[in-house]
Amino acid sequence: MPLGVAMLVLLALSWALLGAETQTEVFGLFGVTAVIAVIASRLKFTESLGRVAVEHERAVSIACVVGILILMALFHEDHFPLLLLGSVLLYATACLGLNIQFGYVGIVNFAGASFFGIGAYTTAVLASHTAMPHLLILAAGGVMAALVGCVLLLPVLRTRGHYGALVTIAFATLFRSFLEVNDTLGGPQGLKIPSLQFFGWDLGEGLIFGGVEFSFYANYVFFALLLCMAAYVCVRRVERSWLGVAMDMVRTDEIAASVFGISIARQKIIAFVLGNLLVGIAGAAYGMMTNYIAPNNFTFADSLILVSMLLLGGIGNPLGVFPAAALILILPEKLQFIQEYRFLLYGTVIIFILLFRAQGLLPRGIRRFFPCAENDPRQ
Amino acid sequence: MIPVSDEPLLRAEKLTMRFGGLVALDALDIEVRPREILGLLGPNGSGKTTFFNVVTGLYAASSGTITFEGRNISGLSPQAVYQAGITRTFQRSRLSLSLSVFDNVAVGNSRMLDHGIIHNLFCRKALLAEYERTVEQVRTLLATFNAALAGKLFHSAAGLSMIDRRRVEICRALISEPRLLLLDEPSAGMTHDETAELMDDIMHVREKLAPFSVVIIEHEMNVIQRTTERCVVLNYGKKIAEGSYAEITVNADVRAAYLGQE
Ligand SMILES: Nc1ncnc2c1ncn2[C@@H]1O[C@H](COP(=O)(O)OP(=O)(O)O)[C@@H](O)[C@H]1O
Ligand SMILES: [Mg+2]
Repeated sequence: MPLGVAMLVLLALSWALLGAETQTEVFGLFGVTAVIAVIASRLKFTESLGRVAVEHERAVSIACVVGILILMALFHEDHFPLLLLGSVLLYATACLGLNIQFGYVGIVNFAGASFFGIGAYTTAVLASHTAMPHLLILAAGGVMAALVGCVLLLPVLRTRGHYGALVTIAFATLFRSFLEVNDTLGGPQGLKIPSLQFFGWDLGEGLIFGGVEFSFYANYVFFALLLCMAAYVCVRRVERSWLGVAMDMVRTDEIAASVFGISIARQKIIAFVLGNLLVGIAGAAYGMMTNYIAPNNFTFADSLILVSMLLLGGIGNPLGVFPAAALILILPEKLQFIQEYRFLLYGTVIIFILLFRAQGLLPRGIRRFFPCAENDPRQ
Repeated sequence: MIPVSDEPLLRAEKLTMRFGGLVALDALDIEVRPREILGLLGPNGSGKTTFFNVVTGLYAASSGTITFEGRNISGLSPQAVYQAGITRTFQRSRLSLSLSVFDNVAVGNSRMLDHGIIHNLFCRKALLAEYERTVEQVRTLLATFNAALAGKLFHSAAGLSMIDRRRVEICRALISEPRLLLLDEPSAGMTHDETAELMDDIMHVREKLAPFSVVIIEHEMNVIQRTTERCVVLNYGKKIAEGSYAEITVNADVRAAYLGQE
């Protein structure tokens, strides 16, 4: 019951936020959210909600998917909210990939946007110059990101902690310059990407469904949702397996891990490659959705955005990236005065999280390998 | 390979470990016999922990060889030493506090668990069976130590008391049924009574598992007296005495080493 109420409130809030047109509305929404949050915690509602949400994980996931479908239906012909929703889902997918790296095995990847970009650029080139089926091209975008990531593997494995992060920063800077001077890839102007089509379905065309007109972005929201669900299941399975235990051991204590037979390099390689694969696929889909990409979309600052989403959501909790991606992407769009200062905002967000709520919005809990009630051996 | 009964389980020969100019192990010869409990003594800084670190592959010895069950294991990686059947605890507790008790113990059994990507990501049925087996195994092992601890299987390790953390660490080292267990000051940070309780638990569990040898580093002399059959005393990385507890306590060199330190 509390779950249903919470989900409805969440749905109403996200609907209002996506649809808000003036800054006053957004601030009003802030006020309402704050009041709801205070009342909920006063009534000890948040505590019991957390417990119930953990116990009924499947119900929560289904409710989230249904919620997004409802949002999609509510905004059926408004391009902009749908584009935002699709971006949130694809950025969340990319964050899920980074979550394997940062959250599980402990590699901080400050080149997330570069791998996102590799996915998008691969798609642009393949879709304009070859007749490859688009679903394959999406996969190729991911594989390309994973392969290019392998170049970074050696330094990332050799260095420890912060030095590994430096390597990724260097790569992000390099990648951007490479795109800008490379004329075959469109230079600073970037490239156009045809819209996604497969099995005769062109996602770039609006459609009429049950007598209601849908923006073509609704297609992308739907597709992004499928992609996101697949990525989520994948990340959850990594977490809830011996691989997940091994990765957590590598992050928390490399010495203890090696003394108990865990290969540090193997876990890091799996996490880095798998993570970049997901980021690349998300980037490929993003490119097709926006129809146009330029080096400016994939700067070091964009990588920082991805990392701040991870921090805000709660490192290691794949569920956390969704509210975090939503807040970080939607708020600057709705509050114009922030636009100029958005990077200042991201910086502030990171500092505030680290200071006051290091575990993020939805802190990671204890690992539960098989959360369905019927096979939970704790009962 | 089945070791011949008088053949030592582990043999270190002329083992030397230098850190720059400091000689932490100096041409050390140590033998661990099958099924024995060997006490490793010596003042602080005499090289006891370094010996464990070299045996488990964390440090590569400067010279000398280590043989385990007739096989040369010097220079092997920590992972390979673990596969060979040697596990350990650490002087300063090394649990991953953000993980559950189950996670911490289960990782000790990693050589029995299938870490394949396909198995873990796509064969969830098989993984479930393996998982349930492991839960039972971990629960049983924890319960032999302490019934209350077995009830905290899915609590985070951060919430455990010092003695429970030690127990979990020892369970992590025992769950793979090693041939040799290295205990580095298991009593560190615990009261007298807790130490006694923990040692009783270890002896108790040992009877239930396949026979294995133990090397224990310990400062509590009554623990050494009660549990060990033989002791080796180090000073400045050299072996200065070897024998039963009664023999080494009357050894003049040993008394001098300990007096010199105080
Ligand atoms: N990684 C290291 N680097 C440099 N010196 C070390 C290292 N590990 C141990 N030592 C030195 O080796 C000597 C033996 O240390 P240790 O084996 O920890 O003694 P203990 O017998 O108290 O366990 C000490 O002087 C210590 O400072
Ligand atoms: Mg020591």
